[in-house]
Amino acid sequence: MPPRRDLKKILIIGSGPITIGQAAEFDYSGTQAVKALRGAGYRVVLVNSNPATIMTDPELAERTYIEPLDLEHLEGILAREAPDALLPTLGGQTGLNLAMALHEEGILQKYGVELIGAKAEAIRKGEDREAFQEAMQRIGLEVPRGQLVGSVEEGLHFAREVGFPVVVRPSFTLGGTGGGIAHDEAELVEVLSRGLTLSPVHTALVEESVLGWKEFELEVMRDHADTVVIITSIENVDPMGVHTGDSITVAPAQTLSDVEYQRMRDAAKAIIREIGVETGGSNIQFAVDPKTGRQVVIEMNPRVSRSSALASKATGFPIAKIAALLAVGYRLDELPNDITRKTPASFEPTIDYVVVKIPRFAFEKFRPLRNTLGELKDELTTQMKSVGEVMAIGRTFKEALMKALRGLERDVRALAGVRTEELEKKLYPNPDRVYAVMELLRRGMPVEELYQATRIDPWFLHQMKEVVEAEEWLKTHPPKDREDWRFYKGLGLTDRRIGELVGKGEKEVRAERKALGVVPVYKTVDTCAAEFEAYTPYHYSTYELEDEVWPSQKPKVVILGSGPIRIGQGVEFDYATVHAVWALKEAGYETIMVNSNPETVSTDYDTADRLYFEPLTLEDVLNIVEHEKPIGVIATLGGQTPLKLAKGLEEAGVRLLGTPFSAIHQAEDREAFHALCQRLGIPQPEGRVAQSPEEALRLAPEVGFPLLVRPSYVLGGRAMQVVRDEGELKRYLEEVYAPLEERPSILLDRFLEGAVELDVDALSDGQEVMVAGIMEHVERAGVHSGDSATLLPPVHVPEEALKKVRDYTRRLALALGVRGLLNVQYAVVGEEVYVLEANPRASRTVPFVSKAIGVPLAKLAALIAVGKTLKELGVRDLDPVPPYYAAKEVVIPWIKFPGVIPELGPEMRSTGESMGIDQDPYLAYYKAELGAGQRLPLSGRVRFIGEGLEDLKALYQEAGFALTEGEDYDLLISLVPDPELRRAVERGLPFITTREGAWWSLKAILRARESGLRVQSLQDWHQKAPRG
Amino acid sequence: MAGVKERAVLVLEDGTVYHGYAFGARGKTVGEVVFNTAQTGYQEIMTDPSYHGQIVVMTYPHQGNYGVNVYDMQSNRPWVRGFVAKEFSRVASNPRAQQTIGEFMEFYGVVGIEGIDTRALVRKIREGGVLKGTIAHASLFGAPDHAFTQEELEALRREAQAWTDIDGRDMTPEVSTPLPYAWPTLKSGRRIVVMDFGIKHAIVENLAALGFEVIVVPGKTPAHQIMALEPHGLLISNGPGDPTMPRYAHETIWKLMGLLPTFGICLGHQLLALAAGGRTFKMKFGHRGANHPVKNLQTGKIEITSQNHGYAVDIDSLKDFRPTHVNLNDGTLEGMAHARYPVFSVQYHPEAAPGPHDALYLFRRFLEEVEAFHGATGLPVEKQRADQHGI
Repeated sequence: MPPRRDLKKILIIGSGPITIGQAAEFDYSGTQAVKALRGAGYRVVLVNSNPATIMTDPELAERTYIEPLDLEHLEGILAREAPDALLPTLGGQTGLNLAMALHEEGILQKYGVELIGAKAEAIRKGEDREAFQEAMQRIGLEVPRGQLVGSVEEGLHFAREVGFPVVVRPSFTLGGTGGGIAHDEAELVEVLSRGLTLSPVHTALVEESVLGWKEFELEVMRDHADTVVIITSIENVDPMGVHTGDSITVAPAQTLSDVEYQRMRDAAKAIIREIGVETGGSNIQFAVDPKTGRQVVIEMNPRVSRSSALASKATGFPIAKIAALLAVGYRLDELPNDITRKTPASFEPTIDYVVVKIPRFAFEKFRPLRNTLGELKDELTTQMKSVGEVMAIGRTFKEALMKALRGLERDVRALAGVRTEELEKKLYPNPDRVYAVMELLRRGMPVEELYQATRIDPWFLHQMKEVVEAEEWLKTHPPKDREDWRFYKGLGLTDRRIGELVGKGEKEVRAERKALGVVPVYKTVDTCAAEFEAYTPYHYSTYELEDEVWPSQKPKVVILGSGPIRIGQGVEFDYATVHAVWALKEAGYETIMVNSNPETVSTDYDTADRLYFEPLTLEDVLNIVEHEKPIGVIATLGGQTPLKLAKGLEEAGVRLLGTPFSAIHQAEDREAFHALCQRLGIPQPEGRVAQSPEEALRLAPEVGFPLLVRPSYVLGGRAMQVVRDEGELKRYLEEVYAPLEERPSILLDRFLEGAVELDVDALSDGQEVMVAGIMEHVERAGVHSGDSATLLPPVHVPEEALKKVRDYTRRLALALGVRGLLNVQYAVVGEEVYVLEANPRASRTVPFVSKAIGVPLAKLAALIAVGKTLKELGVRDLDPVPPYYAAKEVVIPWIKFPGVIPELGPEMRSTGESMGIDQDPYLAYYKAELGAGQRLPLSGRVRFIGEGLEDLKALYQEAGFALTEGEDYDLLISLVPDPELRRAVERGLPFITTREGAWWSLKAILRARESGLRVQSLQDWHQKAPRG
Repeated sequence: MAGVKERAVLVLEDGTVYHGYAFGARGKTVGEVVFNTAQTGYQEIMTDPSYHGQIVVMTYPHQGNYGVNVYDMQSNRPWVRGFVAKEFSRVASNPRAQQTIGEFMEFYGVVGIEGIDTRALVRKIREGGVLKGTIAHASLFGAPDHAFTQEELEALRREAQAWTDIDGRDMTPEVSTPLPYAWPTLKSGRRIVVMDFGIKHAIVENLAALGFEVIVVPGKTPAHQIMALEPHGLLISNGPGDPTMPRYAHETIWKLMGLLPTFGICLGHQLLALAAGGRTFKMKFGHRGANHPVKNLQTGKIEITSQNHGYAVDIDSLKDFRPTHVNLNDGTLEGMAHARYPVFSVQYHPEAAPGPHDALYLFRRFLEEVEAFHGATGLPVEKQRADQHGI
């Protein structure tokens, strides 16, 4: 059947700001879908509030709306665009919930918009736990015994019946938010009451526990002709009880026999049919009793998910792309398998390697320094907490595991110094568990004991044991020939690790290995285990015989990606590297992407000419560079991860394209940078460096209080604090600095009271400098720049100061020798401008600025790196200022960390951002707030907590708000970390924690009252912007 | 790795050498080297008589993870002449496991090799077609870490080259039951005679599960002896080897054509085509795996199928039969039905084991054909046809 010609225009909803449970995987799936549908001749309208995504690039969809993801704005877009259909399955839970709400409110019917991909009834049956359980019973599949409850009493009653522990799963929440395990009645009361509050329909499922059972997932696809295929199975190394997003997972399943796997496959086919997902992908989870092999169905997601992104990267089968095409009427057997070209997509991928995914966590960011409701535990539960993930491909599980572990950028022997008794205490589910298990294996703990403590399947434990045993053997039997070398390297041991074991340096080991001709070979991900010839340039390394990947003769550029997403290094950097790929491709270079993050667009094999799915370590990157012999490497667009490799690459003789390492070093080195600023006559806040706490106390008066104090090299603002007197400084040194293991030097900087902070993104070709965007921070100094709301252009900074900002930025860029992007942070007091820091690399604001001014900065930066000038690139306006305002607000996953009180500080905690655009700065801010999920009330009751808020109270009262001291507030404003803030988080009510935020919000509310809702596409906004 | 691993080689007839490590029964083995892309089901594959004469390379790197048990046997012993994997598991992790794969291979004398670049080997077979090869373990020549000499490798190559081809050989006597036997079933429904050319248990189990009474007879059983058993239906089994060689089977099948509802699977499908005057050919590297898409031309539906064959029926040579199923990867014939009689066959394995269950409906279809045939026409017609054929 040909695709549906009755549909012309299709709306796709994105997943909003990156948050825990909804990360870059939906940028990947949305981007694929937009490209596929446009390629099939459809017009695509896209809406997403998240500017840091590829999908919101104005070139991608026909019309792009960066608008809040709520019913009002969606209705506005439907009215304006009149699409024929809405594809709801690609924007994660957010997109699905919104589509359901549009359906239930009758809005889709009103505008004649059809839901394609999954009908409302199928979505309800898949998502509503009770309906799902009924459906499973109808087709004779077992589920854990459970009951849907609407009250804590009902839940307690059921739990007494089936026995503790029980699992609580609130209906319709994201990434298991509000869910958890209750081991006794008291825990159940706590978990269930929170779950009921968080569920939009105020119900939750209380279930028999299958804790410690083995967990499996199948990725299933179906077309309208009822062809069903399984893309891959996934086995969770961490057993049931840990959210699959927080588990180490392996594809394909390792411990299922064919009989068991086929039973699961039969069940998956029956489920997707019974639920009625007509076309597209679904993820189905199963639990298996390790003692009996009994299988029960846990849940299904009737949409593209994080696991489907992983499955796509694990097999080479592009699930989101195919799902989009199936939704418009293609059949699987009509679509070619891109990889083989000759065979159809109606098959099941088979792989000849092993894929391991390990989540990355950010618990350290949420360990409050003080004022907590309780100790934050790092225990992993059914509620997802990881912020990113790393994937690795190896020819064996051992190789893939070790590659994934080094891809996390953490020493595999991180726990080597920990005493055995302490390690034994780290065997509950937590981010360190895999390190603890391996360390205990090294110390001789039997697999059986580790199994009893962890319930990790013995097969995985044995694999880890084999690595550990080989390490031990290696100490006395250094590799003597090529077979030996290949054996050890094939276990995933790095040169550095081998060096440690045989008492040599990394470089020496590398040289010895290479002298014997032992270098990695590259294999291809081809969906078919080499049965057919593959055309897809998607590769991984291993230590075997045959290298399948032949470098071409074309000039090539290697672009280093940013690795797993973490707080401070998010999807923005993927955006920048993908743009670099696109620009260099257009310019005729062969582009080579190296990255280890399965969620992203950069690791779509469609993006670069070649994709090496490899850990971002010096050893792995050098291997690729030596294999491909590119003209150079771009390390300045992917954040800190590739930047950390710059020095080693340069020392190894690799040419870094763009800004040279010397500039990076000069900007990062405090002394060097200070000297440069002095030479250029650019003021810096008064500052000193102390080598010890004693010296810090002695130097502090020289700088003068208040002081911004921090350790010299801790990244992301960790352990940074404003201290107002000697007492506070002493406390800081004892409580924050003393526990730091490495004893870094201490930086003391004058804290500029009342200063406005500015963030500047500039682009330099070495001669000319484009000051692309100047952003005003809403929150003042002391709040990490990554957590502050920002406005572009600035609203409250005098033109005199802005002139200085432009001038200083230009002087810094030229003096540092920047060839590419430069981010500078300033503090402005009146007309005085002080430079705080400069980073000659892509910053996290690059996508926001690019979208605000309509100029693709990262693309230009990549072209400058290969020698183009701004003039050649057609950049005429070196100081673009749009005739409208763009606001950015951040999203912080407070909800995922029970007990943590929201508070902005020098520690960055946001995972994502939203953007709002309007003629008026305060309306832009209002929209950004809505986009970030902060629904500011236009009227109602405000509760203030804290001292000295009389001025704010008066302003809010004047604006017609009533003040309250009770829990009946519509908005909470607390400048102190009061427990009420936590309750606001859990009740889903808007709250503000800074004076500036309260002031901006009020201005925004006043403007929003006057003005009606407006939606406008990014393409229309850019018509108004001066072309860069 | 606690200790020295014994080295091993796989030497192909063209002289290619893969260095790896010894696994399974110690020694040496020669056979036709083929690959299978199924990610699960090694035990079913090893014990499938259709692999008689072949060294099987598994493309999935880890084999043996879930051990071996008595339930998943497809015959009473392994038939593969050698087994090759990137890595064999030392432990079995599954509640159904009774042995490790190493214990199983040692017990039945299956020689294995691991630690080789199986992907390179598969690519070689894909490009150049199947080759014969020899696996040899170092302990045959010396110490476990013995370095194979050029002379030793050349001798192993010659051994591979000299080994009898599967082509042009009738393997039925080696795999078929020597005597007829009844499959134990509780019910006594319609009786099916199975011509055994190396049958898998899963086929018989599927028949038994539908209530059939099953009698398995040697592949060489002549037509009149089969008819003497008064069957209601005939199943022609899978099996190894060149389908053109058992000429007696072509004759038997030709004689029985139209007398009984008939179902042919794999080799059985090829034998049916040959009996009706069709042609078969040897494929470059065959179909062996559990992910091949097949389109049912009658319903338009797609089935993911389990496959294991090195020969195929030439789709253009069909006489009296029409195609019912085709392979979507390469367009080869996957199923056919007789124009007049209730006789049909598939090239793939509806019984799976290992593989997806998408085609189990074919057994039900067989049941329906049997019921319809005997319900509608009754015995007299059957007798009439038998007379015509002179049985």
